[in-house]
Amino acid sequence: MKKEWPIWEVFIRTKNGLEHRHIGSLHAADSTMAIENARDVYTRRQEGVSIWVVESINISASNPSNSDSLFDPAIDKAYRHPTFYKLPEGVKHI
Amino acid sequence: MLGDNSMILGHRLSELCGHGPSLETDIALTNISLDLFGQVRHYFQYAAKIKGAETTEDNIAFLRLPNEYKNTLLVEQPNTDLAYVIARQFFYDVYHLLLLDQLINSTDKQIAAIATKSIKEVKYHTRFSSQWVKRLGDGTAESHEKMQTAIDYLYPYTADLFKETPLEVSLKEAGIGADLTKIKESWLTQVKSVLEEATITFPENPYGHVGGKEGVHSEHLGYILSDLQYMQRAYPNMTW
Amino acid sequence: MQDLEKDFQDRIDRGEVIEPRDWMPEKYRKTHIRQISQHAHSEIVGMLPEGNWLTRTPTLRRKVALLAKVQDEAGHGLYLYSAAETLGISRDELFEQLNAGKAKYSSIFNYPTLSWADIGIIGWLVDGAAIINQVMLTRTSYGPYARAMVKICKEESFHQRQGFEIMMTLCNGTAVQKQMAQDSLNRWWWPSLMMFGPPDAESTHTEQSMKWKIKLKTNDELRQQMVDVTVEQAKVLGLTMPDPDIKWNEERGHYDFGEIDWEEFWQVVKGYGPCNKERLAARNKAWDEGAWVREAAVAYAEKQAAKRTQAIAV
Repeated sequence: MKKEWPIWEVFIRTKNGLEHRHIGSLHAADSTMAIENARDVYTRRQEGVSIWVVESINISASNPSNSDSLFDPAIDKAYRHPTFYKLPEGVKHI
Repeated sequence: MLGDNSMILGHRLSELCGHGPSLETDIALTNISLDLFGQVRHYFQYAAKIKGAETTEDNIAFLRLPNEYKNTLLVEQPNTDLAYVIARQFFYDVYHLLLLDQLINSTDKQIAAIATKSIKEVKYHTRFSSQWVKRLGDGTAESHEKMQTAIDYLYPYTADLFKETPLEVSLKEAGIGADLTKIKESWLTQVKSVLEEATITFPENPYGHVGGKEGVHSEHLGYILSDLQYMQRAYPNMTW
Repeated sequence: MQDLEKDFQDRIDRGEVIEPRDWMPEKYRKTHIRQISQHAHSEIVGMLPEGNWLTRTPTLRRKVALLAKVQDEAGHGLYLYSAAETLGISRDELFEQLNAGKAKYSSIFNYPTLSWADIGIIGWLVDGAAIINQVMLTRTSYGPYARAMVKICKEESFHQRQGFEIMMTLCNGTAVQKQMAQDSLNRWWWPSLMMFGPPDAESTHTEQSMKWKIKLKTNDELRQQMVDVTVEQAKVLGLTMPDPDIKWNEERGHYDFGEIDWEEFWQVVKGYGPCNKERLAARNKAWDEGAWVREAAVAYAEKQAAKRTQAIAV
């Protein structure tokens, strides 16, 4: 019998008010251990106040070969950005 | 005494650094060791201040005679295998936490302050070691057997934790130290509860080893000290 | 196929970063697995020579610093193994390669740590050399590797200082201490120059690695950088460089230095260095003796999961 501890992705909130961000991964046998390991591996220098862990196999990812159709259509939608709109000089607080 | 416990246990854990069963576990055990050494430095810096003159934390840590080290027998027991490491840690953590819980109310402000800081760390240690007792106890047949062996082997050394020395009695009466008689019952309850979850049989052994807190140690301490004191003894009176 | 490879090279030439699920030539993947895992192994094996002094530090302050440093190396190994794992190889497989003696790691860790000064030297020279290499690698083309490097460089900044401070204390200390420092420099200087690998003329991987931006500077360029900074630092310490040929070359704007004993380098790389056998034995022992622990944790997790499922079913 030889089973490797599964891989977990670790997300850390560096301080309240900020979102959790992906910081790295590690191995652990279960979620309790994954959180403890994340604490020991990724917050040794006060990097966080909250930890999420997700087993890597549970993450679905977009396929890079579909990137053209997924992300390129957003390129020419400049009207979603404020700079698309003209304002006369002197108008403030908009 | 408190400082010596943390130092010798921390020392034992530091022997494992780089040799753990997985990188994650290696890192976790080293964190515990670092917490313990942080506590050691607080205690010894305080002790050095009381002693005054030229005394430093390092004089206290490295330059005493073997019988002047007052750690309990439990913490000097060797890292026979990870089950021993976890069992030793678990027995001590549960005790340590209960002890600190009293010391945060010590009439000695400095000790109360150190206890208040340490208690957060030790809460984590206790959770960590309890988890691992369960993992190993209720893991595979092999790990169960190893965990049971380690618990059986180390349990007699826990007697030393609760045997009050004359010094401890006087500190207790002065409101500085803890009341070990109060701790013992909670300790037993907690230990039994975790062991039960871990499917480990509680060792019903009425005999125990005592003496560490009065400087009468097991053979292991001599070897620990020959490592620990090596530099200070081989190259006396130098700055490092 | 040809087009894919050309597109890939174009992306790298444009300075784009390659991510795990992007198409990549098989050789790029393999080369990265090799390099990242070698790097990871170096961190892990590198814990051993310093770990040798963990129980014998002269002061409590040095004890916590060294413990934290060696622990960081475990962390860095972990980050790097994680990066390698994004390329479709498991950490267990990588460990097995290491333990079987099939994988390489930095030759420097096959030298023994004989005195406390060696701990200072490792921080000063070995970490110094590693930092030169790693700073370059923060800009490498493979995303997970580059990101691991950024994290590692950030954490490692205290390592070299820790080493230099030890050296400084020794050099300002008694004659015995200063001699300890000099002796250590004498033993470690040449091996630390060998850390950058064989000379460019003999380096088999350099050209392709540069093309794929796995490497941005050649071995000899990095080595020169090391010599230039170290000679100046040794002056501050008041130590003598153990190489009579070290001389400032005005024309090149660099220090010239003597011939490296490549025979010794290859001997160590091929497994015949002073501590190769001990290092591998220590890794194998940790791994083998940890097997029942890793298995127990899996078994426990499975039992707990089964209990939860059962509870839900009821």
